[in-house]
Amino acid sequence: MGEPASMGRLKSPLRLWQLLAGFALVTGALLLGTMIGPVSISPAAVLQEILGRLPFVSVDSGLDDRMAAIIWDIRLPRVLLGGLVGATLAAAGGAYQGVFRNPLADPYLLGVAAGAGLGATLVITAGGSVDAVVPIAAFVGAVLAVALTYLLGAAAGGRRTGVTLILAGVAVAAFFTAAQTFVQQQNGDTVREVYSWILGRLSTAGWSEVVLLAPYAAAAILVLLMHRRLLDVLSVGEEEAEALGVNTGCMRLTVVAAASLGTAAAVAVSGLIGFVGIVVPHTVRLMAGSSYRAILPLSVLGGAAFLVLADVVARTALSPTEIPIGVVTAFVGGPFFAVVLRTSGRRT
Amino acid sequence: MSAVTVSGVSVAYNGLRAVADVDLGVGPGEWVALIGPNGSGKSSLLRAVAGTVEYEGDILFDGVDRRVVGRRQAARQVALVPQHPFLPVGMRSGEYVLLGRNPHMGYWAMEKVDDLRVSMQALQRLSAEDLAHRFLGSLSGGERQRVVLARAIAQEASVLLLDEPTTGLDIGHQQQVLDLVEDLRREKGIAVLSALHDLTLAAQYADRLALLDGGRLVAEGEKSQILTAEQLARFSGARVSVVRGPEGQIVVIPRRAQRA
Repeated sequence: MGEPASMGRLKSPLRLWQLLAGFALVTGALLLGTMIGPVSISPAAVLQEILGRLPFVSVDSGLDDRMAAIIWDIRLPRVLLGGLVGATLAAAGGAYQGVFRNPLADPYLLGVAAGAGLGATLVITAGGSVDAVVPIAAFVGAVLAVALTYLLGAAAGGRRTGVTLILAGVAVAAFFTAAQTFVQQQNGDTVREVYSWILGRLSTAGWSEVVLLAPYAAAAILVLLMHRRLLDVLSVGEEEAEALGVNTGCMRLTVVAAASLGTAAAVAVSGLIGFVGIVVPHTVRLMAGSSYRAILPLSVLGGAAFLVLADVVARTALSPTEIPIGVVTAFVGGPFFAVVLRTSGRRT
Repeated sequence: MSAVTVSGVSVAYNGLRAVADVDLGVGPGEWVALIGPNGSGKSSLLRAVAGTVEYEGDILFDGVDRRVVGRRQAARQVALVPQHPFLPVGMRSGEYVLLGRNPHMGYWAMEKVDDLRVSMQALQRLSAEDLAHRFLGSLSGGERQRVVLARAIAQEASVLLLDEPTTGLDIGHQQQVLDLVEDLRREKGIAVLSALHDLTLAAQYADRLALLDGGRLVAEGEKSQILTAEQLARFSGARVSVVRGPEGQIVVIPRRAQRA
């Protein structure tokens, strides 16, 4: 039995071609998202325009200032925001599913959505419709809600299993949602504004949202990706993982904190975009196997591509009216996931 | 020095005592079998040694307290084969065995060539290298047990804990698993502490037996001293005859009740 030959059988759960395909998908989606709009721009012009801005590259796209401004001030910030939000939500969803060993876990599991909703509603109804304040209030609300969930779960003795934490999340979410509904009812005139925030949207005013989200998204995704092997160890259960030397309590806290912080930042700039965090990781799981070493990196890429493409549909399907992107993700994602589920013979 | 020393160990679940003040030592290359009725604390004692439940008292590996060395270091010294291991159906056997290398890797680290080599050797050691690419969900009972054992071997620990390793296996596969463990402890001087409910098998494979009842260690020593009909009637409530087999081995035969 030659050793190299037999070692070849322990293949990495993540293949290079899968990673390359993921990158190609994201690049294609970003390009498509930048081209398409009320004024279409050719892919060559978009590429030349972007390359032309790089140092030491002199390419002239031939676009006039107005077109260049459409690319740089409107389209690019929007597609990049979509990509960042999608990548963060998909990575957070996949990580939650791993850390709680629960396929139904989504990024909003521990009360992030309800907390952000209350924070945003409070600011919007207070008449401070300063757009810059809403994301910050939503972010603070989301982080507070998750922290409360964690404290409640830990106080109830939830160190051994994640179930107590999930139940605490249910309680906190119910409480914050009730508070949010109450505030909203008391201020009927702003219902429309609050509602549109809750449905999720990717509208940008220049680069400010991208700049706000980017550091949180990058940090969260990095920390989650670094836990991909440990999430595989955890998949044999809490007790066996501990016998294998994993401090499961500490690991769960780190993963939950990273995923929640990333989700909170994403929700703060884009509202509640459902479905991405649950459909993307499961689609990856069905196509690439159950190892988190494949699920997490491919979910980051798949989530980015999915949300950018969903945004293209949201902008163009009923142009000039925009469909809320949360509606599109569910409308497109639902049937797509059903197809994947049917065609995949592999069990999760 | 003992590979593992259990000293005054108690385990309680929500105030309910499962193991009470047990002292026990297993030397390098020695096999000690825990016997006793259901609920006597065999599994709880193994879980305490594996570090997956809180315990009072001291558990030492090569004379060093497991609390001092920390969880990851302890996992390099002791490997656990649980009675009902959880096998994710979509995971390949090779990946599963690789999980046994976790205690040898840094928190953030990914497996290196060396980890792959040790894992593959563990599978080869159990003649299970052909299972490497198979999904866990597709394995038979005997194959599952070999893969779980391979994960424990990949851990390269000096103490192996087996919780009823023959559960659900037919006689041939029971012997196969126990023979593998026997070879390992001879080859590598691994100390084995196992719970075994089949007393005849326990007598054949273990050097010493430890009889637990109600969480207490009620008898410990040579198998001929422990496995007597009176002892088993008293603690397990079992009606048995203890006889000698053709090669002088101890055989425990259950007897049905005499009804008029």
